Formats: sequence, C-alpha cells, structure tokens
Amino acid sequence: MTRINVKVDGAMCSDDVEPRTLLVHYLREQLGKTGTVIGCDTSNCGACTVHLDGRSVKSCNVLAVQADGHEVTTIEGLATNGELHPVQKAFHECHALQCGFCTPGMIMQSVDLLNENSDPSEEEIRTGLEGNLCRCTGYHNIVKAVQQAADGAGSAAVASTSGGAS
Amino acid sequence: MTVTEDRPAGKEIGSPRKRKEDQRLITGRTKFTDNIQLPGMLHLAMVRSPFAHATITNIDTAEAKAAPNVVMVLTGADVADEQGALPCAWPISEDQKAQPHPSIAVDRVAFAGEIVAVVVARSAAAARDAAELVDVDYDELPAALDLKEAAEDTVLAHPDLGTNKSAFWQFDSAGAGTGSAIDDAIRDAEILIEREYRQQRLIPAFMEPRSFAVDPTGEQITMWSATQVPHILKLMLALTLGIPESKLRVIAPDVGGGFGGKLQVTPEEVITLLAARRTGKPCKYTETRSESLMAAHHGRDQWQKLTLAAKADGTVTGLKVDLIANMGAYLGLVTPGVPILGAFMFNGIYKFPAYQFNCTNVFTNMTWTDAYRGAGRPEATYAIERMMDQLALELDMDPVEIREKNWIKHEEFPFTTVCGLEYDSGNYEAATARAKEMFGYDELRAEQKRRRESNDPVQLGIGVSTFTEMCGLAPSRVLGSLNYGAGGWEHASVRMLPSGKVEVVTGTSPHGQGHVTAWSQIAADRLGVPFEDIEVLHGDTQVSHKGLDTYGSRSLVVGGSAVVAAADKVIERAKPIAAHLLEASVNDIEFKDGRFSVAGTDKGMAIGELALASFSAHNLPDGVEPGLDADATFDPANFSFPHGTHLCALEVDTETGGVKMRKYVAVDDVGNIVNPLLVEGQVHGGLVQGIAQALWEEAVHDSSGTLVSASFVDYLVPTAADTISFDTDRTVTPSTSNPLGTKGVGEAGTIASTPCVVNAVVDALKPFGVIDVQMPCTPERIWKAIHDRGAGGADPTEGEAMPHFDEKDVADRSEGGAQ
Repeated sequence: MTRINVKVDGAMCSDDVEPRTLLVHYLREQLGKTGTVIGCDTSNCGACTVHLDGRSVKSCNVLAVQADGHEVTTIEGLATNGELHPVQKAFHECHALQCGFCTPGMIMQSVDLLNENSDPSEEEIRTGLEGNLCRCTGYHNIVKAVQQAADGAGSAAVASTSGGAS
Repeated sequence: MTVTEDRPAGKEIGSPRKRKEDQRLITGRTKFTDNIQLPGMLHLAMVRSPFAHATITNIDTAEAKAAPNVVMVLTGADVADEQGALPCAWPISEDQKAQPHPSIAVDRVAFAGEIVAVVVARSAAAARDAAELVDVDYDELPAALDLKEAAEDTVLAHPDLGTNKSAFWQFDSAGAGTGSAIDDAIRDAEILIEREYRQQRLIPAFMEPRSFAVDPTGEQITMWSATQVPHILKLMLALTLGIPESKLRVIAPDVGGGFGGKLQVTPEEVITLLAARRTGKPCKYTETRSESLMAAHHGRDQWQKLTLAAKADGTVTGLKVDLIANMGAYLGLVTPGVPILGAFMFNGIYKFPAYQFNCTNVFTNMTWTDAYRGAGRPEATYAIERMMDQLALELDMDPVEIREKNWIKHEEFPFTTVCGLEYDSGNYEAATARAKEMFGYDELRAEQKRRRESNDPVQLGIGVSTFTEMCGLAPSRVLGSLNYGAGGWEHASVRMLPSGKVEVVTGTSPHGQGHVTAWSQIAADRLGVPFEDIEVLHGDTQVSHKGLDTYGSRSLVVGGSAVVAAADKVIERAKPIAAHLLEASVNDIEFKDGRFSVAGTDKGMAIGELALASFSAHNLPDGVEPGLDADATFDPANFSFPHGTHLCALEVDTETGGVKMRKYVAVDDVGNIVNPLLVEGQVHGGLVQGIAQALWEEAVHDSSGTLVSASFVDYLVPTAADTISFDTDRTVTPSTSNPLGTKGVGEAGTIASTPCVVNAVVDALKPFGVIDVQMPCTPERIWKAIHDRGAGGADPTEGEAMPHFDEKDVADRSEGGAQ
C-alpha cells in the first residue's frame, strides 16, 4: 500500500492504495465518485475522462499513485456554487446525451477542448473528441453542444437558458 | 441545482422539451448498476473458454479457492442441478431443434467466451486475480464456424443434435393467399436478377458494459440489472430457477444504452443470483468491455440469396428470398425470431404481386446472436434496396424513378401487402420529394457526371434508400400466430397524488430514449397539469408491476398509448365526483385543460382539487371509491409503419479506396411527433449505427473461432471524427392504429442508412463496372473491387476486414493460444 494525497473536486483526500490501482478505480471505489464511469479496458472509449491539474486524462490510463500531489476534477466537481458549467448546460440544451453513460467523459473532454481552443471549427471539435465514444447520439448534437458552448464562452450567453436546441 | 426550463406556449405534445433526465446525467449523479455498492457485497469474475468448441475434461479450482479474499468458486458441476437452462421465448417451428443453454458450461463449451467457472471474492480485483488461477483442461473439438458450411452440416456445433439446422420457416404469398406464385413470376420474368448479400456479424456495443447486482437478504431477492427488459427478466428468472415470481424484484436503474443487446436473459444474471443465494451476501458482476464484445449477444449474421423478377419496364413481379441465419451456439430470448421479423419486410414499400421467404436457422460455434437495433428489418431493407438499385442499373434507370414505379402511392393507403400486412398510412412521394429537394439531387448528379467524364480519381457516389418497417411491437394476436411466448401490450398507471402532483407509471423501460420527458408531455396534455408536476416511474418491478419493456420501437406507440388510456380513465373516474361536488349532473360535466366545469356555467374545479377531494374522501357520492388513480393496458390492433427516404453523397478515392461522406439527408415519417428533439436524436444515433454497418463494423473471428475484434481497438464503433452532421426533416402521416398517431422512431435511422451508404459506394464505382461491395465497405475491399470486379463480395470476410491478421499470425495464435 502506498499513501497518496490528492485534491479531488476541491477536497483533500489522503488514502492508502495498492500501487496497481487505477485512478478510475480509486475515484469510484475508494472515494465513491461514481459519476466517472468505466466503458472499456483498452483506453478507447473515454467514458472515464477526468481532469488532472486542469488537463483531460483517461483515468483508466493513470495510476492512482501518479495523481499523488496533484488535483483531480471529475464531472461531479465541474459545476461551481450550484451553477452548471457552460458545457454541461449546452449538452442539456442541445440534447447531446441519451443514455448518458459517455456523457461525463464527453463533457470533461469538451471542456478541455474549449480550454485549448475557444473557437474550434466543426472539424476541430470532431477531431478533439475522437478519443470519446458515444453509441446513442451519432455525435451530431454533441458537436452542436460544443459549438454552442464555444459561442457563449466567456459571456453569459451559454449560461442563460434562452432558445431551443435547434 | 436545477435547470430552468422555458415553458413553450401551447400544447406539450409536439414541443421540443429539453429532457428531465439530463440533470443527473450531466452532473454525474447516476445510478448505473456498477455504481451500486452494498454492505458486505461480494464480486464475481468469470472464467471463460478460449475455445470455440471443446470438452471440459477437468477443472482445478483449489489454487483459486485458496487465494486471498476468495469466498467461493463455482463450476458447472456445482450448479448443474440448480441452474436450469436459459430461456428462448420464440420457438419458430414445432420441430425447432435447440441445445439447452446452461449458464455455466458443465462438460462442453460451444463458443469462445462461454463461462466455465466463477470466482466470488471480497473485491473485484481479488476475484479477477483468482480467476487466473482456475486451471481448466479442454479437449478441443472441431468447430462449426463458417455459416454456409455449417448449413451443410460439415461440422456439427452440437454433435448430439445431429444437425446444425435449428429450424426452417417459410412464407409463401400463394400459399397464404396474399399474392401469386413466385415460381410463375420467375418463369415469366422479362428481367431476372439474382444476388447474394452478406449481413456481417455485428456487436451492439452499448456504452455501459453489462452489470448485475443481487441482494438476497430481504424476503424478496432484488436484482439490479443493466437490462432493457426488467419485467421479462423477472418472469424468466423465476421460470428458469424455480423461484416464485413473487419472491423476485428486478430493477433496471440507469441503463447505458441497449440497442437490443440488453434484450436478453443472460448467464451472468443467473450466475450472480445463484452466487448471492449461496453466499447469502449481495453479489455484483460487471463485465469488462472485452467480455462484453465476446460474450454479450451479437447481431445480424446472415447470408441472403435474392431473386427478383421484373418486367422490362421496371415493374417488379416477384421476389424470392432464401436466408441462412446464424444463431450462434445457442438460442437466446428471441434469437430464432429475429430473421422472421424481417420476413414481412423484404417487399419494403413496394407492390410486389408474388413473394416467397425461406429461412434456415443454423447453429455455429460462435457467440449467440439475437436482437440488434432493427432486428430483421435492416436485413430485409438492405436486401430490397440493394436489389432495386440493381434493377435500376440493369435498365439504366434512375434509382429514384425505379422505386417510384413500384411503390405504393399515397392514395392507395390503407394497402394490404403481399405479406398480408395492412400498411395504414404513408406518403412515399412526399418524403422522397422533400429529401431530393434538401439534398440537391439534380445538382449532385450533374457533379457526378462531370467527375465521371473527367476521370476524376475521386468519384462521387449518390445513394438512395427508402424503407418502411413494422413497428409498435406488437398486436398480441399476431405475436401468438408467430409462436412468440408473450403478448405485445403495454401497461401504464396514472396516480393522482393529493398534493396535485402526478405519478405516471410505465411498463416500458427506457435506457436513453427520453421516455420520462415524452410521457410527461403526453400526461400533461391529457390531464391539463404542468409538465413539471409529473413524475414518470419505471424500471422497478415493485413500482411498475406490469409491463413488457422497451425494444422494437414500441415504447411510445404502445406504452405511450397506455398512458393516454390511463389518463382518460382518471378523467372518467373524476367526473362523477366533480358532478357531486359541483352539484350538477354528470352529463353536464366538461373537462378541458385540467379543469372540470359545469356546461354553461362558470362553476368548476381543477383536477388537482378533485385529487385532494377524492383522497380525503369526506364527501364522495354513494358507492364511489376514493382515489382517481387508473390503470390501463393498450394492445395495438395493428403494427405501425414508419417510412422514409434517405439520400447520401460520398466521395470515393479510387486510388486508395477511402470513403468520405459529403452529405446525408434523412426525411422520415414517424407519424405524429411528441418531442421533435428526441425524434431527431433517435434518427441521428440510428444513422450512425447503420452507416457503421455499411463502412466499419464487423465481428471478425480467426480460423479457430476466437473473436479478434474483441476490443474497441479492432471493433470499429465510429468516433466523432468519422462522422458528419446530418440534414434531417420529417413528413407526417399519422398512424391510425394508436391514439397518439405515432409510428416509432428508434430503429428508423439504422434501417435506412445501411443500404443508402452501400448504394452510394457502389454508385461511385459504376464507371468501373462494380456492382457490389461486401459490408463493411473498407478501403481495401473498395480498392479490390475497382481492380478486380469479383473481389467485392467473393473473398472470405476474415481476410479482407482484418488484413493484419494473416494466415501465419492466426496459426501462431491458435498454437500458442490459451491452454
């Protein structure tokens, strides 16, 4: 067992983990952060995407011990002070989720994408989300949601609930 | 945290309401089965056969049992008297042959991935570690792997059966009295086209791996399951294991997609229940993705031989279909019936005078097949829509024109088809005209002509596809006539709570479709209560005690209609109470927009006030029971028949075989729309799944029967970067078989898109004389088709789809493979 200290969604956590423990298993099983889910075993699906020090990582591809001394944000810590993140809102408004299983990872990756490039083209969005699989939506509305969030980034436009999904 | 909604003006039905379901899903407050952790919970890991067909000669579990934190190890022998056989609810013939399907193999395995032992431990990691220590000895047997060879009984998948043929099923229009004789049509044909198409094996690949948790500690055994069918599962578990139905409770919490893949009663569910019962502790099993791809049921996998007879002017005079359908190793819940769901659809939207459908269901030593989005109908649509293109090619006609010549005109509805189905409504002309307009059909044809004339290395292909499907499964009587084990009705309750809130209980079991939102819209309109005041409850057999669950685009058509019927009963129950309280005759009570009023007066009461009055029951008319709650069960009199026209333009790089989609237009007619946002979402997702069959996905096995596409590295579920944004629109001809006038949309996109895309690929290759490319149309297959016309459909699937597994690699793998 190895002792790790990780800040997860704003709270300091100090835990003993087996060195082989994956970050996603630590989050889910030890911290109860079940909002982050596991969709595959080959790092293809991206359902487990979280932020490590502000950048997206697939948490099935990171050992818990590698997060020692770092800060992790999961889907559960994305909203601040009860206010949804603009990307969360855009996913809701654009009907960018159906079963919702890929959604935590998809949202975390979209946030990272927009942090890198605040005004992405459709192609840049599609390429930026290539590591996250969705089986329900056909990606059409996910792309739209990211576009909508980008359009409103830094302004209040996304935060309002005006307009429909089209 | 709440998401504020704008309240659209006017009626709820037809409004693009944003989903009630989203809030918890976008914030990670989900209840997927794998999230459930109960005190003392034990975890299961499966030991699976690496061989497609083998005798189990010995299983040594001693080392695994001695491993840290292991509680129990089970083998087939341990549970042989207890586990029963997994159910098949759809025997298609009296003499159907089937091998009993044990949850844990006892002495023989029949596909790679079959469970041979189970480790139960205090953690999932401990269980998986110990599973590695289970030592199984096998004697490998010859495996039936090639579908056509299996149909010839070259190698037997189950030697005791004496044959691989499970059943034969025929529909003949002359015999049924619904049309003329196919032999006459073929004899008299001026044009006869014969083709053979391959429906490759697909994997549903829902994003949430299957997960099952069982708590045996109460009076009832509670199972949480990532299932589409909690009600069917409860009944089937009871029958399989001899547990009284009343002692079981099944909960489908948040379920992460299904696409037919979770329409099953699985070995893993039975095993988790047995483990919980034996240990007396809550038990959970969550599969890995690799296990899911290998051992959750697969879809499609047919060879289709088609003979189309036509006149020289393009009028089709008959169609004969000969199918070989791969059951895999066992018959799942509806495995034998999947091809039969297509039997009535090969005639599509057309007026064929003669039709014959012959289907042979065949066992192989592969993962069993069962429902996958569309189930039978995509196969049928693919076949006929490819054939219509072949006919157009033969006659040098425009593919839209040949379809128009043969389809049912809008004024001919209701129309009884050559299969005896009555198509109640539709307008193929309108959908096609709209699609052509949105697509810019004539302009794209002009561009195609230019590219052909200039020998552009990048050719443009234009694909056309129309479709209809039988949806709204299903009239119980029809299911009975097809030997299906259950009915097709659906149940709903409307509970009027004393606070004025409303609970709608539905027997459907959503796993992404948005039923909670749509059912709220239906109930809001019917009862005149705010959308926000309605809660929709589902997926727990103790709350929703009656239902037939979600599959086959049935939920809105059948389940939504049950909500309508239950709401109407509530109103009828309320009327005498309203009359009593308003001191009027019941005949004078009118109900509108949530208010009961006395005709010709301004006296009235809101439905919520009546709910409270009937709850308190202080002043009810004599003989009237307290409460306004009502139950209803809706059994449709007919199927519904959504239809649509899809057009696709794609570029094929003839030097590399690469395909790039340019434009995709889908105009669907799914009847009346409850929520256009949800409808579009269903179409988008369906399109990508259908396009994926055309271009990317295939379950590929090596020569020893091992699935080589057993991870998302090799099983090509498309990404955002592979796909484009779609142009969708609708025409509306309401269904006449249900009160909402809806037709069902879950499968539409998947059904129409596959032939549309393949037609476009083949169209692009027309200058090269190519008439077919086998699915998935990989760059290699397209390149080969250009350079050798025959190669597109003739070569073995394995070699082409997975070129990096050459013969030598395969041989090495099987020699050094799992022992």
